[in-house]
Amino acid sequence: MGHEEIERYSRHLIMPEVGMTGQRRLKNASVLMIGAGGLGSPLGLYLAAAGVGKIGIVDFDVVDTTNLQRQVLHGTKDVGRPKIESAAERLNDVNPHVEIVPHEVRLTSENALDVIRPYDVVVDGTDNFPTRYLTNDACVLLGKPNVYGSIFRFEGQVSVFDARHGPCYRCLFREPPPPGMVPSCAEGGVLGVLPGIIGALQALETIKLIIGRGEPLIGRLLLFDALAIEWRTLKLRKNPECPVCGTNPTVTELIDYLEFCGVPSYEEGAAEDHADVPTISAKELHERLERGDTIRVVDVREPHEWEIVNLAVYGADLIPLDTLLERLPELDSAEEIVFYCQTGARSAKALKQLRDAGFRKVWNLRGGIRAWQKEVDPSLPRY
Amino acid sequence: MGAGAKEGWVSVGQRDEERGTGVLLQVNGRERWVPTGTTVGDLLAELDLVAALVVVERNREILQRDLYGRTTLAEGDALELVHFVGGGTDS
Repeated sequence: MGHEEIERYSRHLIMPEVGMTGQRRLKNASVLMIGAGGLGSPLGLYLAAAGVGKIGIVDFDVVDTTNLQRQVLHGTKDVGRPKIESAAERLNDVNPHVEIVPHEVRLTSENALDVIRPYDVVVDGTDNFPTRYLTNDACVLLGKPNVYGSIFRFEGQVSVFDARHGPCYRCLFREPPPPGMVPSCAEGGVLGVLPGIIGALQALETIKLIIGRGEPLIGRLLLFDALAIEWRTLKLRKNPECPVCGTNPTVTELIDYLEFCGVPSYEEGAAEDHADVPTISAKELHERLERGDTIRVVDVREPHEWEIVNLAVYGADLIPLDTLLERLPELDSAEEIVFYCQTGARSAKALKQLRDAGFRKVWNLRGGIRAWQKEVDPSLPRY
Repeated sequence: MGAGAKEGWVSVGQRDEERGTGVLLQVNGRERWVPTGTTVGDLLAELDLVAALVVVERNREILQRDLYGRTTLAEGDALELVHFVGGGTDS
C-alpha cells in the first residue's frame, strides 16, 4: 500500500480488528455485486470506499428517473445511461485504487458459473426470484459465500448463505412462491432509505467475511421492520434434505430458473401480458372518447395512486380492485366498460372478474395509464 | 417478514380466562394464545397469510408446506413466519 492509501484507510488501520492485515485482505479481495440498483448502490459505494481491490458488477439495465429515489449510485445526469457505466464512473471517483469489472449481461444458467467463479464473495442485490435462485445455486456449486439482501416496501431481510458452513437460500425458501404473487418493488413500492440500510448491512457482512472478524450472519436471517423499527434474528439450520446443498442433492448443475419459478421467458414476458383478455390501446380509447362514444372508464387502482394521476377528465371513476365485486351493482353490463390500472395487470384481473359475472362488453386498457401517458398525453406525470 | 404482527383473536390479556382451553405460543417472538387443536394452517388463515408465500419455522425446524394442515400447535411452540421478499430493485 502506498502512502496515499495508508492515509485514506487510516480510520481502518488504527483499529486492531482491521489493521494493515485486514486492509491488505480487503485490497486482495474480489467481490461480485449482482445488481447495481437499490441494494447495489450503498453496497458498491461502501465496498469501494473500504478499499476492496476488485469489484465486479453484473447489470444490464439503464438508469431511469424512477430509480433516483433510492439508487444513490446514479445521478440525474445519468438518466438513460447504462447503470454499469454510471456505477463504474462513480465508484472510480470514490476510490481510484479499486478495479471495477463490468459484466453488462443478464445472469443466466449459461454464464453464471463463469461470471461468478473468479470472485471471493458474491452479493445478491437482485429484484427477482429466477436470478435469486440462480445466484444461490451457482454459489453453492462453486462453494462461494452469498451475501443475501432483499427489500419490499418497509421490510428487509439480510443473511449470509454459505453452504460450506451453514444453510443456503433454498434451505429456507425451498420452492419459489407462485408466480406473480409476490410483488416487486416496481409494483409494490419501497421506501427509498430501506435499500440504503439493507445494502449497507450487506457491505458490512461482506467486509467482515473478507477480514475474518466478528460473527457473520451465516445461519441467521436478520429481519428488519422499518415502520416499527424492529429487528428480529431467526436462526437457520442447514436442511439435510435441501435439493442443492443437502446430503443427497437433486440439483447438481444449473437448471432453467425461469421455468422453475413459473415465469415466462424474458422475451415472451412482455408479449404475454394477459393475452387472454380483450384489450384496447390507449390511442384507440382516446379516439373513441374524443368522438363522444359512451364508454364507462373505470380505474381499479388504489386511492393514493388515483391522487397521483387519473383519467377523471374522461369521466373515469375509481373502483379499487379489491372492492370490485361488492361494487358490481354500480356497473351496467349493457354499457361498454374499459378498465385501467398502472400497467394493465390489475385491470386484467378486474376484467376476468367482470367476465365471470357475465359482463361481455369490457376491455382492458393495454399498458395502463402508463401507456396513456406515453402515447396520448405526455404532459401527465409518469410513476 | 413481520408476519403475524396483526393483533386480535385471543390476546395475551385473556390468558387467564382461556387457561385450560388454549395453548400459548411464541409467534415471531410474541406471545399468542390459540384454541386447543389449532393447526399451523388455521393460524396462517387467522393471520390472513397465504401459505405459499410464507415459510414457517416451528421450534427451529422449517415445516414442509404440505404439513401445515396436519400440524397441531402445542403449548410452548415457537413459530417464526417469514415472508418471501422479491427485491432488490431493478437490478
